[in-house]
Amino acid sequence: MLVGHKSREEFQVHRLGVVASVALPLVALFLQSYIPIKFPWFSIFDIPLLVTIFFAVTRRTQLTGMLTGCVIGLLQDGLTQQPLGLNGIAKTVIGYAASSLGVKIDVENPASRLLMGGGFYLLHQAVYFAVAKGLIRLPLAWPSVVHLTIGAVANGMLAVFLFAFLDRFKRRK
Amino acid sequence: MENFFGRYRNQLVLGVLMFTQVIALATQVKKPADSGAGPSTRLVRYWAVASIAPLEKLLMNIGHGARSFWSSYVDLRGVHDKNRELSRQIDDLRLQQSELAQDAGQAHRLQTLLDFKQKTISRTVAAQVIGSGGNDQSHLIMIDKGRDQGLSEDMPVISPDGVIGKLLRVYASTSQVLEINDASSGVGAILEKSRLQGIANGTSSGSIELHYIMADEQVSPGEQILTSGGDRIFPKGLLIGTVDHASVGKDREAFLDIRVKPAVALNKLEEVLVVTKVEEVVPESAPPLPVADGGTETPSTGIRAADILAQRLPSAPPVAPENGAKHGAAGLKAKVPGKHPAAGAKKAEAASPANVPPDRPQT
Repeated sequence: MLVGHKSREEFQVHRLGVVASVALPLVALFLQSYIPIKFPWFSIFDIPLLVTIFFAVTRRTQLTGMLTGCVIGLLQDGLTQQPLGLNGIAKTVIGYAASSLGVKIDVENPASRLLMGGGFYLLHQAVYFAVAKGLIRLPLAWPSVVHLTIGAVANGMLAVFLFAFLDRFKRRK
Repeated sequence: MENFFGRYRNQLVLGVLMFTQVIALATQVKKPADSGAGPSTRLVRYWAVASIAPLEKLLMNIGHGARSFWSSYVDLRGVHDKNRELSRQIDDLRLQQSELAQDAGQAHRLQTLLDFKQKTISRTVAAQVIGSGGNDQSHLIMIDKGRDQGLSEDMPVISPDGVIGKLLRVYASTSQVLEINDASSGVGAILEKSRLQGIANGTSSGSIELHYIMADEQVSPGEQILTSGGDRIFPKGLLIGTVDHASVGKDREAFLDIRVKPAVALNKLEEVLVVTKVEEVVPESAPPLPVADGGTETPSTGIRAADILAQRLPSAPPVAPENGAKHGAAGLKAKVPGKHPAAGAKKAEAASPANVPPDRPQT
């Protein structure tokens, strides 16, 4: 039994306004780029990833989930020195997976949000490093288990608070 | 068929998106020297930077203004004591400066004599750090100066403490700096004391290692590592860091594994200097040296290194002037004193007033 499981009819499908759809990813990218120069440890969080998950589970359509993930990922790649597409591919997969999951479980529940944040962080890292090392052989070090665990817990916890804040931008369809 | 596309629309779109990005990745990786420089990738990067940078600049300026207001007008406690302490430090430094000036003057004279060409940083642009790459795999910072301020790709970026990196991409009013601890970075390096040359590379974990130092060389922790100038990006003599640990390489036993502690705290940067102009100059003359009585000593000009060598090398004793034949022989002997014929010739030239060049003072 999945956390907060509901029948399909019980789910509310929401939409996000145009301003929120454009501004939220940009703010997420801005925070991800800006905060680490003051607090280097902050780079363990992936706010664009959490926004991708939120958009995907809110709209519950795989197509928009994938496209949103793709665009956010490509823009995130644009801020780094690495080839465009690493985050793009990883976040496309996350967008697809999160929107698929969104129609199956109750994503309003804090516990499910914690698990989603942590679980999708791990999936994102797996896809990212598989592409970076397996496909284009970038000289990256595999993250340690400790690093992955801390990252999953940190992103899961941030997801609970961030999604609660982002709920304010949702409109019922 | 229509049913198939309708039924698997999402999966097909996922496949198309993935395939497109994989192809895009492959295209970028195929051109490592110009990574991501295709028109489409340039555009995506430009959009990303253009959409984020103005907000970062705004926030940075607000923060800078607030800090400046606080430190200049509000937080002035202890300024008097600090001022007194700094005055004492200035007195000490003046004493040190007079000693160093003598050494510097001597070095300048020798450089002139040896026709030594020196690369000096003649122009820099100060810039503020406004953003980062945003993840652990990216050792990159964004600064608030760009092409409009005269910056271009591959310019060195430094701070008063040492080397930071080089400009990777330059936009109209912002630029991206690749730090020296990134895995794709490399800087020509030289150990300060032993003068051994190698390459300081970043690693995937964000540390710096010095490569290509032979395993039989002696490298001790704490030794400073400077830029060698061999990479044609960084001028010679800038501090990269210090040796943290040195041991025989695990993978390559012929070389040492040298871990470098960077001179600059790369994850706490606020302001940087971009070197926009490096000049190759030959120091023309030494500055006047301060002497004990408070005056200055002007170094002699027009003396060549060969003249100094000639003065220091052994020469024949002076010959009596009345014997013409003997004079010639002695003169010949003086011109070829054993092992140093050239020096002897110089000595003889220097001894003859007729050979004194017009620009040299006759004593």
